[in-house]
Amino acid sequence: MAAGGLFHKNWEIIGLTHAKDPAFVRFQGIEKRFGDLVAVQPMDLDIPEGSFVTLLGPSGCGKTTLLRMLAGLEPPTRGDIFIKGKRINDTPIHKRNLGMIFQNYALFPHKTIFDNVAFGLKYRDVSKAVMKEKVEKALETVRLPGVGNRMPSQLSGGQQQRIALARAIVIEPDVLLMDEPLSALDENLREDMRREIDNLQMELGVTTIFVTHDQREALSMSDKVVVMKDGFIQQEGEPEEVYNNSVNHFVADFLGHSNFLSARVKTRKNGNYEAELADGSICIASPVGEFDVGEKAEIVIRAQKMTLGYKKDYEKEAGMNDFFGTIKDRSYMGGEVSYFVELPDGQLLHVINFVKRSPYRRGDEVFIRVDPFHCRLLKL
Amino acid sequence: MKEKPWKPWLLLSPSLTAVFLLLIVPVCFVVVYSFWLRAPSGMDIPAFQFGNYAKFFADSFYPVILLNTIRVALETVFICLIMGYIPAYFFYRTESRLKPFLMILVMLPFWISFIIRTLSWINILGDSGLINHLLLKYSLISTPLPMLYNEGAVIMGLIQYLLPFMILNIYVSLDGIDKSLTEAAQSLGCTEWQAFREVTLPLSLPGVSAGCLLVFVLTCGTYLPPMILGGPNNEMIANLIFKRVIGTLDWPFGSAISVILLLLLVIIVYTYNRYMGINQIFKSLSKG
Repeated sequence: MAAGGLFHKNWEIIGLTHAKDPAFVRFQGIEKRFGDLVAVQPMDLDIPEGSFVTLLGPSGCGKTTLLRMLAGLEPPTRGDIFIKGKRINDTPIHKRNLGMIFQNYALFPHKTIFDNVAFGLKYRDVSKAVMKEKVEKALETVRLPGVGNRMPSQLSGGQQQRIALARAIVIEPDVLLMDEPLSALDENLREDMRREIDNLQMELGVTTIFVTHDQREALSMSDKVVVMKDGFIQQEGEPEEVYNNSVNHFVADFLGHSNFLSARVKTRKNGNYEAELADGSICIASPVGEFDVGEKAEIVIRAQKMTLGYKKDYEKEAGMNDFFGTIKDRSYMGGEVSYFVELPDGQLLHVINFVKRSPYRRGDEVFIRVDPFHCRLLKL
Repeated sequence: MKEKPWKPWLLLSPSLTAVFLLLIVPVCFVVVYSFWLRAPSGMDIPAFQFGNYAKFFADSFYPVILLNTIRVALETVFICLIMGYIPAYFFYRTESRLKPFLMILVMLPFWISFIIRTLSWINILGDSGLINHLLLKYSLISTPLPMLYNEGAVIMGLIQYLLPFMILNIYVSLDGIDKSLTEAAQSLGCTEWQAFREVTLPLSLPGVSAGCLLVFVLTCGTYLPPMILGGPNNEMIANLIFKRVIGTLDWPFGSAISVILLLLLVIIVYTYNRYMGINQIFKSLSKG
């Protein structure tokens, strides 16, 4: 796993290594209702110690509510929350020892940067000298030393979010909670900040729960991604797992650019299935689950997993799936080109390819080749 | 695009014209009048002399009324602040569906004439008013309580007039405070009360400050509540002006009192902004 590695190696050296708690944070049968609306459906979720877990989903999927219940900002309707094995349902927010990062930074505008970062220490019986030392160290950790005397409004958005990060880590929280911390930042700043948070988390090894609707953030930073929709967990797993082995239409659609083809299962072959597409052609697909012959299903193909070639250069290759079509639309994105290829029956396939020599033009006759491994057969 | 420096002025011109014609010009008239001489015959004679001002400070009668006015204004400000902060804070925190309705209730008094509202207190507080009537009926008292024609009644009338201004000013300020600030403070170890003291209260001070100033200035300039609800000893400076100008038609002296009140208010507002301005509030608090 990416996160925690560096820090735990150090622990081993100084002999402090201990078994990591696989359920450092545990939601047990947690449920949240707002009147008739069920924001979080009854669910169980374990978050391992030192890991970086992302709650990913569209707005209204319950991810923020789940985070707020852990923070103590919303009481759960039913179920229990444990941190380090201790039930914290009735622990008030100020005694939970959590670090929170908000979308809009939530720095105290009337306090200097120093007072902002020192805020949590003030309530923790820390001497003035230690406080000063800790604040300075936290500011160095977020690479903003020497800004202590400034006011939050004098810093840029990215700097403010880093101060918020310093304020949260200076109290050495058990869990770091981040509620869409990057969405208020500019696109290019977001990338930097993403790496920074990721590195910082690795360095500190603090258990982190990160809420986002941005699949790129989720995939690039997390040890574990929890995809949510309508208050239900759709899938949880490592980023590669969730991306490559999406268990249903929603997850496949939400993560990356996917094509969906409706199909009917024909025969089982070497662990794969042959499926008949709407136009009668056969596509070999690797299954997610077990299928019966004749069952209606859906094939998901990622836009990046297909390769294009000119139709005139076409040669059959055994075991591959091929489609033929015409370039309908393309958009050049620098290194890669996004194409929409129209199949004879009118369906459009979204294909993203790197440019080899020159990009295909509108109207070019092409074939699309895709390995059956990348054609995932999903239950409807 | 070519810059048009006159454009903002053009857009402002209707308001500027109105302010000039309806405020600046009349104030200038008043200032000029304050130097005129009032002949024993009752005629106003154009002049430039300070007799009217000298008359004001000649003995303690007028200055005492001025000081009383300021004292009553400060008392009103204080009570309005306490009574106004609580509902404003409630409006800020509540997620009730009734909030818009309750906000309308705050503004409802503005729909009824100020005079009627003030007069109606007589029916409540008077010797044969509602309260005394009920207390007498159930034999809780033997003689009516003297609740009218004293300073308490005047302040009550002022509060019912000015409280909405205080509530709205504080509410506007509170409403601009991001609720995640309180959540952040709590997550860092504050109890709810500590978070209020550390974050919400200091950040709402601009509204508190504006509300206090508004209530103070309006109290200093109002004459209806003391006139209707106050006794002979509860006269305020505006009543004095009213009596001089409307009662005895002594425009020069009335004008002089007005100018004194105006200057005093200008000095107070200026000092207040200087030392209690928004920036100052932020600075002094962030030190602690």
